[in-house]
Amino acid sequence: MINTLIGDIGHASVIVAFVAAIVSSYAYFMASRATVDISGDDSWRKLARGAFYVHGAAVMMIVFALFNIIHEHRYEYYYAWSHSSNHLPVHYMISSFWEGQEGSFLLWIFWHVLLGVVLINRSGKNKVWEAPVMGIFSFVQLFLTSMILGVVIGDLKIGSSPFILMRDFMPDTPVFAMDPDFVPADGTGLNPLLQNYWMVIHPPTLFLGFAATLVPFAFAMAGLWKGKFHEWIKPALPWSHFAAVTLGIGIMMGAYWAYETLNFGGYWNWDPVENAVYIPWLVLVGAIHTMIAYNRGKSGLKASYILVIASFILILYATFLTRSGILGNASVHSFTDLGLSGQLFTYLAAFAVMAVALLVYRWKSIPTTDKELTTYSGEFWVFIGAIVLCLAAFQVLFTTSIPVYNSFLGFIGIESNAALPADQIAHYTKFQLWGGVAIAILSGVGQLLWWRKGEKGSFVDAITLPGMLTLLFASLIIVLSKLGMLHETMDNPVFIILLVAALFAVFANLSIILSLLHKKISLSGGAVAHIGIALMLLGILFSSGYDNIISQNTSGMVYSREFPEEINRDNVLLWRNTPVEMQKYSVSYHGQFQEVVGVPGYVNTELLFPTADPYKAIARGQIVQEDKVYFETGDTLDLYSPENTYYKVQYKEREGDGNFTLYPRAQVNPNMGLLASPDIKHFADKDLYTHVSSVPDPNEEKDWGELQEYDLAIGDTIILNDYVAVFNGIEQIKQVPGVALEAGDVAVQADLKIFGERKNYHAHPVLMIKNQMMGRVPEEVADLGLRLTFLNIDTENNRFKIGVNASQKDYIILKAIEKPFVNILWIGTIVMSIGFVMAIVRRKDGGAKARPAAPKEKRKVQAA
Amino acid sequence: MKKTHIIGILVIAVAIVIMMSSVGDASTYVSFGEAIERAEDGDMTKVHVVGRLKKDPQGHIVGMNYDPLVDPNYFTFMLVDTNRVEQKVVYFNPKPQDFERSEQVVITGNMQNSVFVADKILLKCPSKYVEKEIQQNTASL
Repeated sequence: MINTLIGDIGHASVIVAFVAAIVSSYAYFMASRATVDISGDDSWRKLARGAFYVHGAAVMMIVFALFNIIHEHRYEYYYAWSHSSNHLPVHYMISSFWEGQEGSFLLWIFWHVLLGVVLINRSGKNKVWEAPVMGIFSFVQLFLTSMILGVVIGDLKIGSSPFILMRDFMPDTPVFAMDPDFVPADGTGLNPLLQNYWMVIHPPTLFLGFAATLVPFAFAMAGLWKGKFHEWIKPALPWSHFAAVTLGIGIMMGAYWAYETLNFGGYWNWDPVENAVYIPWLVLVGAIHTMIAYNRGKSGLKASYILVIASFILILYATFLTRSGILGNASVHSFTDLGLSGQLFTYLAAFAVMAVALLVYRWKSIPTTDKELTTYSGEFWVFIGAIVLCLAAFQVLFTTSIPVYNSFLGFIGIESNAALPADQIAHYTKFQLWGGVAIAILSGVGQLLWWRKGEKGSFVDAITLPGMLTLLFASLIIVLSKLGMLHETMDNPVFIILLVAALFAVFANLSIILSLLHKKISLSGGAVAHIGIALMLLGILFSSGYDNIISQNTSGMVYSREFPEEINRDNVLLWRNTPVEMQKYSVSYHGQFQEVVGVPGYVNTELLFPTADPYKAIARGQIVQEDKVYFETGDTLDLYSPENTYYKVQYKEREGDGNFTLYPRAQVNPNMGLLASPDIKHFADKDLYTHVSSVPDPNEEKDWGELQEYDLAIGDTIILNDYVAVFNGIEQIKQVPGVALEAGDVAVQADLKIFGERKNYHAHPVLMIKNQMMGRVPEEVADLGLRLTFLNIDTENNRFKIGVNASQKDYIILKAIEKPFVNILWIGTIVMSIGFVMAIVRRKDGGAKARPAAPKEKRKVQAA
Repeated sequence: MKKTHIIGILVIAVAIVIMMSSVGDASTYVSFGEAIERAEDGDMTKVHVVGRLKKDPQGHIVGMNYDPLVDPNYFTFMLVDTNRVEQKVVYFNPKPQDFERSEQVVITGNMQNSVFVADKILLKCPSKYVEKEIQQNTASL
């Protein structure tokens, strides 16, 4: 039965939320007028608050309705059908929720509601901000809820509703003409790449970061509007920190997800979708710096306005880029175009025009200082840091927007065929690496000057020790790299400069923490965050600059005559059970495995007899894991996800006896073909990253050679595909996996022992008589590429007929990369976040008494 | 001159350098014809080509060759660009796994010795983000 009620509730709630946002923004606007301030009349504010709470309640209702549709498998709704399926566990249903555009808009709206409620309730002592700030909030909500409105007026489609029914989404599908109440039995499922725990927490974190950038923007706008040109900085500053840290963590979670799930061999690919959030983050961090500098030196107010506004507009621009379909060929993973590009552009343009117009209108009234900053003041270097951050952001923005230039020029009638740079990593690295160097040096110098209060003499004292330590450690690392710490000597001068700069940032900030230890440790958030950034730079430098592909193919240069120049051949073919030497390892592939419910680790697919239900299998033998028996022969097993196959790859050190096993994964997905994900072995000093790049097509029938028949007596020896096999005899069996035997049916199995290179195999092909019909269950020995069939029994002469097919042995194509010191990158991320949190805690009450904290500069760069 | 002015001029200078250099790095979408002309002029810059795979009337892909047993890092195929020009493309990597399903292919690289050497292949699979068909074998209620 079609349940239209829940969709109607959801859709009605969207409309309520939209209308309430209009009421709330209008009422807050009225409440912000100067006359209301003077008269003390708070009726408008009360109305606005009420409307915002109604809006919030309606949003909760939408969230509930959408989740209910997914959770209860209501496939009459397009959203559930296209983003989930029956077998999806609950935690991935949460990811289904925001896989689609509508759900991710909803997530964003949801965070705005929560932040709005917090702001309303925290504004107790500071009532002046509520009306203008929440007015901006409600105005934003008006635009966002319109994206999921799903209302059509004439030819104009406003928003795309997540509550659309299948039959309305695809009215032309014949099945709905026959039966309008048709409900698909299963959904098409969640994109398998998103079935990862990071995808459960990465999008909410990122969208919380998105949502939080609205707070400083709203305060800045309110400040301009109400003429409180500098009072807004204090309440906005902790929120800016909060936005920057959530956005930063969100970005790094996405990077870690890509590292663990995708197979491009790293964590950052300079894809437009990644860049789109990296740009506003850089600008936001720049804004934090100018705001902190203003707090201390009373200069930089205009810069703070510009950067806070820019960071929010850039968030909107990121939304426009990834959701309007404008990236087209330029990105692999933007959202589907829902036809919202006009609406998204209106949203972007409305706020950009509004903010810029207000800023220009008020520009002359913003107080400035004529005081010139001296070169020995901390603030001066904080400004330089903010400028470097903005230039770095500008560079990424300029290149990422190339598809936009094409569309724009096409729009005004000029044909343009510009494309993103062919080698994006080289292109971005060229600039961002120097940005990283500048940031590292500035964060050290700037911090030292900030805390030394800009005296020349004491600065020289302060910089001596960190400087010496830097040079000492840098030389030590270079020497160690020569001695084999990295696979090559560090002799690239650019990388050495980055190494020195990042080490300097670490030691300079450490010296600040030490000096603050006996003053006030809570002030050291800035120094901690800067150390985090410097560590991230070091982690990126080593893991990307000195990664080492160990699966270089040194043989099989069959085509090399065609191309004399050197071509990297980064993939190696591994035959099953045949070790291949790769640098210091001997690597071998040992078959395909699956995950089984109730069994730790992975189970060889040879032990799993498939059934009609792909999620169930029957055990062909005892399921044993580390001497513990989990299932007996014939038990029915539940599979977690039959789409996932794990390829067992063993690494053995050639010298020494270290060895370990990795299980890189490949997913066979009907919609997306075969998707490979790596398995990563973590060492303290490096990661070993391994993924399959190609496997024999699992959907293609194996090419079995001609059937060879052998007429055998018990004890005979034969040669099969170069292996010796002994026929040990036959036995009657009671159970045949996957077949229900009835009274009168007989089943026998032959027992053949085959002597393989590494171990011996027992093959048990089955012959049965069921309902007077002969049936055969062949046995496949995948390790040896053999299939044995028990063809017939000659009971009079005690002769047995066994048929054998041989095929090519199983293989995988593998790529393996060592990533030195990638752990430093993740540790740096955590350290940076801790630094931010320290700064938020210190500033949460406006930081009235304490001195302004240290500046923060942060950057990351892919050195590759 | 005030320090802020000097900084302002420097910032503008750096921004101009960034823009000039980015414009220089930017690639272009071209046809195979133009890619061949560039190669003949000795211009080895990498370009983007948008095309479709060559298919026979049964929908099988023609001219695709990947034999991992001989060389796992060698994959060739025929691509037909928007001007319907056919060109052999070589990719020194394993065959992308969902290659057969893709409708449109964008390749990055340049012409070398009368073949197009691609170092990046971007597949646009229509099924990737929008599923358009309901599987009719699913039971109706």
